[in-house]
Amino acid sequence: MPEPARAAARSITLEVLRYRPEIEAAPVWQSYVVPFSEDLSVLQALQHVKDELDGSLSFRWSCRMAICGSCGMMIDGRPRLACQTFLRELLPGPVRLEALAHWPIQRDLVIDASGFIAGLERIKPYLIPRQPRPLAAGEYRQSPHELELFEPYSACINCLLCYAACPQFGLDPGFTGPGLLALLHRYNADSRDGGRAQRMAAVNAEHGVWSCTAVGYCSEVCPKAVDPAHAVNQNKVNSAIDYLRHLLAPRGAPP
Amino acid sequence: MAAEAIERYTADVIILGAGGAGLRAALAIAMRQPAARIALISKVYPMRSHTVAAEGGAAGVTQSHDSLDAHFHDTVSGGDWLCEQDVVAYFVEHAHEELVQLEHWGCPWSRTGDGRAAVRAFGGMAIERTWFAADRTGFHMLHTLFQTSIRYPSIQRFDEHFCVDLVIDDGRVQGVLAVEIASGEFRLIAAKALIIATGGAGRVFRDNTNGGIVTGDGMALAYRHGVPLRDMEFVQYHPTCMPGTGLLFTEACRGEGGFLLNSEGYRYLQDYGLGPASAEPRNKAMELGPRDRLSQAFWHESRKGRTLHGPHGEYVHLDLRHLGERKLRERLPQIRELALTYLGIDPARAPVPVLPAVHYTMGGILADGRTAAPLAGLYSAGECSSVGIHGANRLGSNSLTELLVFGKVAGEQALAFAQGVGHGAPARLGALAEASRAAALEPLQRTGSGERLATLRNELTRTMQEGCGIYRSAPSLEATCARLAQLRQAWHGAQLDDRSRSWNTEWLALLELGFQLDVAQAMAHAALARRESRGAHQRLDAGCTERDDALFLKHSLAYHDPAGGPPRIEWSPVTITRSAPGTRVYGAAAERAGVTLHA
Repeated sequence: MPEPARAAARSITLEVLRYRPEIEAAPVWQSYVVPFSEDLSVLQALQHVKDELDGSLSFRWSCRMAICGSCGMMIDGRPRLACQTFLRELLPGPVRLEALAHWPIQRDLVIDASGFIAGLERIKPYLIPRQPRPLAAGEYRQSPHELELFEPYSACINCLLCYAACPQFGLDPGFTGPGLLALLHRYNADSRDGGRAQRMAAVNAEHGVWSCTAVGYCSEVCPKAVDPAHAVNQNKVNSAIDYLRHLLAPRGAPP
Repeated sequence: MAAEAIERYTADVIILGAGGAGLRAALAIAMRQPAARIALISKVYPMRSHTVAAEGGAAGVTQSHDSLDAHFHDTVSGGDWLCEQDVVAYFVEHAHEELVQLEHWGCPWSRTGDGRAAVRAFGGMAIERTWFAADRTGFHMLHTLFQTSIRYPSIQRFDEHFCVDLVIDDGRVQGVLAVEIASGEFRLIAAKALIIATGGAGRVFRDNTNGGIVTGDGMALAYRHGVPLRDMEFVQYHPTCMPGTGLLFTEACRGEGGFLLNSEGYRYLQDYGLGPASAEPRNKAMELGPRDRLSQAFWHESRKGRTLHGPHGEYVHLDLRHLGERKLRERLPQIRELALTYLGIDPARAPVPVLPAVHYTMGGILADGRTAAPLAGLYSAGECSSVGIHGANRLGSNSLTELLVFGKVAGEQALAFAQGVGHGAPARLGALAEASRAAALEPLQRTGSGERLATLRNELTRTMQEGCGIYRSAPSLEATCARLAQLRQAWHGAQLDDRSRSWNTEWLALLELGFQLDVAQAMAHAALARRESRGAHQRLDAGCTERDDALFLKHSLAYHDPAGGPPRIEWSPVTITRSAPGTRVYGAAAERAGVTLHA
């Protein structure tokens, strides 16, 4: 917006989708007017509401610096982190805030993330070494290039914005989804790991990688440039290779 | 409301807090004894824990020209000789193997060209020994530990459970009472041992680098049950934080070669015994001096009128321009992102405004060298714990390693204790839990016209900042102590808007504020009692401006007063094994001392 209008903004309206299971049968919109300043984030605006206007508004937050992954929400219809979204980007308002799409709401802006945690436990997100390595052997040798092959996928903060962006997850809550497929690829692509065959079971399954319809919005909304869409593609390639290998050498072939 | 039954669970060991220390403890137990049942309780999902925000790195002697002795001496002198030297010796001996262990679990440590773990320079460290994963080291350590913990079915997690009290009977810890945040329902988890790993308490200060969850819960819970908090007057200010928000710009910015400039564009640290100013970073000199000295230098620059002024007050410049965009992208990507997103500044092109903000609590729950508290069955690890390695000033990159080294020790010690005792009588534990539940629910039933929660919290952080900051004096501390006593009274009448139970974060924040008030009182009263200046504790009043080993080469111990009065401060000796208290020297003086030492 033009500079004069920006300078004139003294307050901005937040429209928040509220849901309190003990009070409302269904979500309702509620408006709050908060003071505007150039460097105020949506999270700080919500904190102002909670501190000064309405202590009953609930939302998750902690680090304030886009690394803990707590404060994902729909901001004007787009999944974003409240702590790194600034009111100045959203002038003149009103700013519409809702819980992350595609997840059950527990209360107000708080989603039920237990499905993600269950998925995390399913995909074996840990190093499965080819053989045991004693501590005395020191660290694995891993070249900077080998690190680069998986490091970008290890930057996922589990904020779940990509799930709110994923149309397929919206249709099928059982879909493993972009964040977890990126994490799975992170371990498969790690030169220290030997667990790919075990993990590909999750990728090839009904709700695995082939459910992805390649929309790519997940990568667009990722606050850490993890590019889950690319990871999903890599998984599709790996999955296809596994399938072909299986066809060509059905017995006794190394994974 | 009182009629509902409290759901019960049983474990061998409870771990309260699922950040780096808690997860490392859980892994230690699960690997040592798969049959042991572990209850891992956290008020947030583990990957939200504040370990996630640590940026710079984790120290452990790595290079062939480095030595355990050098790491020991850097740590002890950095801590102004208030460290437990036997514990520091154990720490430096076990640091490297823990970093390797994390590497074996998949931590994406940054690498040298030949594929080994790379090390970087850090403040107060004579030789590069800080392992790092770009500038997201804590993030990667936390996610690696959490994801590895998923392997072990003996770890039963209680995610998003808020602990309201410890259950102590027959002179030992027997469990905890926690609220499931989503439902507001109470759960009694009974166990034979408890590890507190709940992190620090930096949120008691206004300008801080800490996440909202860093409210000293575990410290206060132990303190209320008679366990002393040790050395609480030592609070670390990190010298390079973002004005307004306090967000952290890692010390690695300076390890990689960043400069601190005052309003005249002058590298002012050379005026404070840290010079001379050379273009290349030199260990233990200038910008690589220890955090207490750098934060104190900011204060002096402010008095001299040589700081800059912005909408959020005074600041100086962190200049990274000469590192160039490529190095910033590779080594400090998150710093670059923070400056761009939050300040609209590209650090490759403009200096970044910074100021000191509260970062770390050196003190904590009294623990012996094997993490045991003076209460049977209780152990602590990480920032909430005072195991004794930081003394009066922590060196950057020692605390991430501490999580690993002492998280493991705590796990093994708690397991050994649990294997030697039985469970308590369920009826007695139930009665204790009922009483704790009633106390926790009381704020929801208040009527009247007390203060808003935020009013009290803002007043707490203001009075701590003003009276108990980088420099303190008897008058400033007395005023803060008096204000804290008033706030404690007001806390009992504070009014909530929200009377519901599901996700009532206002109620939980009020309980957190109660924890914060306890911790703040321990800090301020210990600071008042320590009539000297040492490390991060600097007094301005006459007779207190110098270190006084004759009277104060001692740990402070703050004991809670169950009647609601101020804490009682006692003193305990410091374990000195091989480093007699000397003068802390940095810059050219340190280099001369080093030459003498090696001559």
